[in-house]
Amino acid sequence: MNNNIDWKKYLIVFFITVGLFVTAIYLSNYFGNQKINQLKTIQDKIAIDILSSETQFSLLSELSCKSISDSVFSSELGELGNKLEWSQNNLGATDEVSYLKKYYSLLQIKDYLLAKKISSRCGTKSAFILYFYTTAANCSLCGQESLVLSTLREEYPELRVYSFDYSTDLSAVTSMLQIYKIKDTELPALVIDDEVLTGFHSLEDLEARVQDSFKLQEALPAGDIKK
Amino acid sequence: MISAFDFIFYILIFLSVYVQVFFLVTFIENRKKIVIRNGKIKLKNYPAISITVPCWNEENTVEKTVNSLLDLNYPKDKLKIFLIDDGSTDKTLDVINKFKDYPNIKVFHKENGGKFTALNLGLEHCDTDFFGGLDADSFADPESLVRIMSYFEKDSEAMAVAPSVIISNSKNIIKKAQKAEYNMGVYFKKMLCFLGAINVTPGPMTIFKKKVFDDLGGYRHGHNTEDMEIAYRMQKNNYKIEHCNDAYVYTNTPGTTKKLYKQRLRWIYGFINNTIDYRKILFRKKYGNFAVFTLPMGVISILSVFYLFSRIVYNLGNFLYSKIVQLKIVGFSFKIKSFIFDPFFINIQSFIFLVFSIYFLVIFAMILGRRMTEGKWGLSMDMFYFFPIFTIIAPFWLMKAVYNTLLQRKPAWR
Repeated sequence: MNNNIDWKKYLIVFFITVGLFVTAIYLSNYFGNQKINQLKTIQDKIAIDILSSETQFSLLSELSCKSISDSVFSSELGELGNKLEWSQNNLGATDEVSYLKKYYSLLQIKDYLLAKKISSRCGTKSAFILYFYTTAANCSLCGQESLVLSTLREEYPELRVYSFDYSTDLSAVTSMLQIYKIKDTELPALVIDDEVLTGFHSLEDLEARVQDSFKLQEALPAGDIKK
Repeated sequence: MISAFDFIFYILIFLSVYVQVFFLVTFIENRKKIVIRNGKIKLKNYPAISITVPCWNEENTVEKTVNSLLDLNYPKDKLKIFLIDDGSTDKTLDVINKFKDYPNIKVFHKENGGKFTALNLGLEHCDTDFFGGLDADSFADPESLVRIMSYFEKDSEAMAVAPSVIISNSKNIIKKAQKAEYNMGVYFKKMLCFLGAINVTPGPMTIFKKKVFDDLGGYRHGHNTEDMEIAYRMQKNNYKIEHCNDAYVYTNTPGTTKKLYKQRLRWIYGFINNTIDYRKILFRKKYGNFAVFTLPMGVISILSVFYLFSRIVYNLGNFLYSKIVQLKIVGFSFKIKSFIFDPFFINIQSFIFLVFSIYFLVIFAMILGRRMTEGKWGLSMDMFYFFPIFTIIAPFWLMKAVYNTLLQRKPAWR
């Protein structure tokens, strides 16, 4: 008859559908964890690279700038930044992602200090920008500033940009915020050659500052700096 | 925290997966009951049947339609054919008048009143126990009628038997995409048949027991989908509708996007409005799977497409906005960025796996539909045309149908 409803079948289909959902969630978590592990591996590699460069630098001191490993200037830090940002957007701001982000901030600070040291001693052409932002929805300018910095980084490979999320709960980041007196109401904020710039700064403005930074270095030690 | 939009999204995905799994389970349960006959069959009795061909401006196809009826493997003296010109403005009447001297054909001409009025005129002249219609753009396979009638012979409870409607020719991409869809439709219709929950008795060659109309009355306007309305009415009155999967009727389908849009707008508008008219039977278990599965499934499909389309438009808008902002801030770059594929950036959110499972089940339905209609297993190019074409156009006719319903605007037939 037409009006026979097999409720058992409805229930079985329900459980199969729930099963498919559970499988999908399991697969999602499984691949998510794989990505987290991949991030951890990259971070560990960068940590070893930085530590190695620091040690090498201390050992050789000023004797041979040429011997300083290039690995510290590798693009892996930037790649890690991109992957972390993607993970935060797609995997969610989980404890693991937040932890990795803290670790990443720390690596950036270490890289910054070391790169700055190498640059001043060996006269390698480089410029540094510390960039403080927030992922909060009210900071539309942060997204725009990130775009400017990405473009700038593509144009000037010697430029090193270090990005810090204002809300990162890490004492080293907090110390930097205190040193440069950066408040969350003034984001985005940039530090170039120890000068603090708050609010949005255009590509042209920053380009001029980066070029000035290169000139400044040119004037100090005799380096082989090309325009 | 999961947002309200994501919550709705996952609910709709859950329901969509549920529907596809329901069809799959129904298939597994009933797969051995699907019979595909290749040769000629014989009936114990050959009851008399009246078939009405309502025609409105069908001068190009009606002759072939009538010839297909004359070629049916069914005793000529048991088959009455009514050719009804519903106020055509072209040469349809001249074409059908060529058949007026056939002993089993009657030709009628009336003022234009819509397809349901032409069918009702046929019903008025029907003095047989079985009645059917054949759209004047469709052509019956010679074995279709006898196979349909075998279902009545086998099951005395069957009150209507619908055929498998497939595409007569698929020259262009729009028609090829519909071919895959119609093949899939045959599979879904068979599954709905097993559930006793068919919601359309198609204009091309559904055969009814005359008793259906004697009991329930003739065809109604049914928001220009009289073949859907009569099926709803039959389901409401618990009249059994069967599907004869190996009775093939070939139909002419729209060959352009515009024509396809108009046809589907009419269908969806018909579905929405017939469902509204029969809303009192929704979820009432005494009306069976039709009320608990078929109608809610249709509503879920409309909501899902509506929601997904809005989401895609929203995301596309966001993307375009971000590109405009980027252009404004950093200008246009002619540099071609080196692109290295990194599997890290492949989205692995759980909904991706679920959407894939829906696609997998839909493709499976298409493959089974193809097996049931063309006798071939495997994928075909038509299936690949189906997804892009229907994904892009379907949301528009769905939204327009909802819009027309809200504003009570009735779509034209063509």
